Amino acid sequence: MNADLELFIRQLINGLNTGSIYALIAIGYTMVYGIIKLINFAHGEIMMFGAYFAFLFATTIPTDLPFLVIVIMAMVLAALMGVATEKIAYKRLRTAPRISALITAIGMSLFLQNLALLIFKPQPKVMPELISKKAIIIFGIGVPQITLYTIGISILMMIILSIFIKKTKAGKAMRAVSQDKDAAMLMGINVDGIISLTFAIGSALGALGGVFYSIAYTQVYPTMGVMPGLKAFIAAVFGGIGNVGGAMLGGYVIGIIETMTKGYISSRWADALVFGILILVLLFKPSGILGKNVKEKV
Amino acid sequence: MKKIKYKPLKISSKYGILRIVIAILATFFILNFLINFGILSRYYSTILVFICVFIIMATSLNIATGFLGQLVLGHAGFMAIGAYTAALTAIALKEIITNDLLLFVISALAAVVTTAIAGLLVGTPALRLRGDYLGIMTLGFGEIVKVIITNLHITGGAQGLTGIPRIMTFPIAFWTTVIIVAIIYLFMNSRHGRAILSIREDEIASESVGINITKYKIIGFVLASLFGGVGGAMYAFQIGYLAPATFGFIKSVEIFVIVVLGGMGSLSGAIMAAIFLTYLPEALREFEKYRLLLYSILLITTMLFRPQGLMGTKEFSLTKALNKVIRSFVYVYNKFVSFFNKLFQKESEY
Repeated sequence: MNADLELFIRQLINGLNTGSIYALIAIGYTMVYGIIKLINFAHGEIMMFGAYFAFLFATTIPTDLPFLVIVIMAMVLAALMGVATEKIAYKRLRTAPRISALITAIGMSLFLQNLALLIFKPQPKVMPELISKKAIIIFGIGVPQITLYTIGISILMMIILSIFIKKTKAGKAMRAVSQDKDAAMLMGINVDGIISLTFAIGSALGALGGVFYSIAYTQVYPTMGVMPGLKAFIAAVFGGIGNVGGAMLGGYVIGIIETMTKGYISSRWADALVFGILILVLLFKPSGILGKNVKEKV
Repeated sequence: MKKIKYKPLKISSKYGILRIVIAILATFFILNFLINFGILSRYYSTILVFICVFIIMATSLNIATGFLGQLVLGHAGFMAIGAYTAALTAIALKEIITNDLLLFVISALAAVVTTAIAGLLVGTPALRLRGDYLGIMTLGFGEIVKVIITNLHITGGAQGLTGIPRIMTFPIAFWTTVIIVAIIYLFMNSRHGRAILSIREDEIASESVGINITKYKIIGFVLASLFGGVGGAMYAFQIGYLAPATFGFIKSVEIFVIVVLGGMGSLSGAIMAAIFLTYLPEALREFEKYRLLLYSILLITTMLFRPQGLMGTKEFSLTKALNKVIRSFVYVYNKFVSFFNKLFQKESEY
């Protein structure tokens, strides 16, 4: 095979890998924004805690737990954490000005980050190799097993989530609340419950992204949530914030663009390019690629 | 029985400006005296300069966020541009100009020019956006500034910029702050300032009464960024070393939090919050491990219990504060008197 083409495909696979992680985290941002119009800055920290939970399960429990059990336990704990942040901090601010809720979210993010610094200490810890990095050869190109897992499980999760939102009663209620909270309440929907459910799902998927991220970069540290959090957030904006399909698309696009820039142009400018794309998207299509334009009424 | 009402004593707000000038002079001479006679150590005079820097950062951000009502999450980007411009200018000129004050003024003016251009570059496209989206865009701008500074050679890259003359003294910092806050205060009380306030209250309504929204939004953005640049210049000359990592998202958030805690649209609130939030981390240094944790808890609880911030949109006024104190005393006194009157009445019935 042509060496250039092989390199390109390799980069593409790396991009899909990073993109899957961003997409998983971006779903949490976009769902929460869609339902309570809040940029949940603490989401990156929930993702970091998810990675730490997996790390703790993998290192402190003497028997070797299977990967899926560790991931599910980490996801459940992160979901509880997400719901707790909502109940403690955001719930009281639902009727407050948007800016106060935003600042509370920033405060929550700082709080969780510093809590992690206190509990887990600032030094990065080596994440055990939960899935082997041994390459599997597909069409002559070696792909690490972890990459396959990341892409596969992420896509599976997104499909399940889409079905959940489209087909189930809870999903329907979720869509109703995001359209009009008061009307949904009048229809007998338990709005508080639906908001908690949204936070739980978003946090669980974020934690899954965190586990994959920490395995891919082989370490966990308290500030690891900041950068992927911001990038995932950009992904959510790119796809049209509030739109779950958009977040997935945005995650993959941002992931691939970032990897391609790192591979072909310069690794130092990758971040600037990603943020530059964000600004361009905001300027020319503020509602995102898949978002709907909302006209302002006087 | 005749009810006795004690009228609250009113302190008039005549000679308001005179009183403010006296208060500023008194603050300056007391602090300067304490520093010159070594009662306040070098450590404290450094903190005082940092308080001045953050007062400028917060009051300048207040123009865009508090008065114009736009969410800006990238103020540290302007601070960085100002700091690096001033530092590079000063490094280039420090052999020629030996007077510290002159060197500071020239470098600060250079910082004003570059940050004003940056403010124009960000402000013009930002007119299309509002609310959260504008916040995100400015956040992106701040990150891009950081990446550019990290990748340039002239700024020293990720290792940071050294060799900046440490010419910042408390008097320079203090008077720069006073001048800038005074300019912002006078501007906000002029007809231009009122136009900006009206945009915050209702963009469409103010457009329909003939206010040029585009013009005033850009003016607001440019003023906020250029004063932020001066703050950055002061920071550079105090600390003597600049690293791009300093001016990240967290720094923007820190400045933003000062504005919000002080009350968006209140200059005195921003000043008080800047003093408090700059001093608080220093006071908590003994509990180094818990410092930021407490800081974030403080932030969340403030938002939960007083979301409008310390001052809301009001300005601090000594007259009003004193009147409030007097009124509460009078209230307590009245209660007391009426209680005794009742007691007396009952006794006389027997």
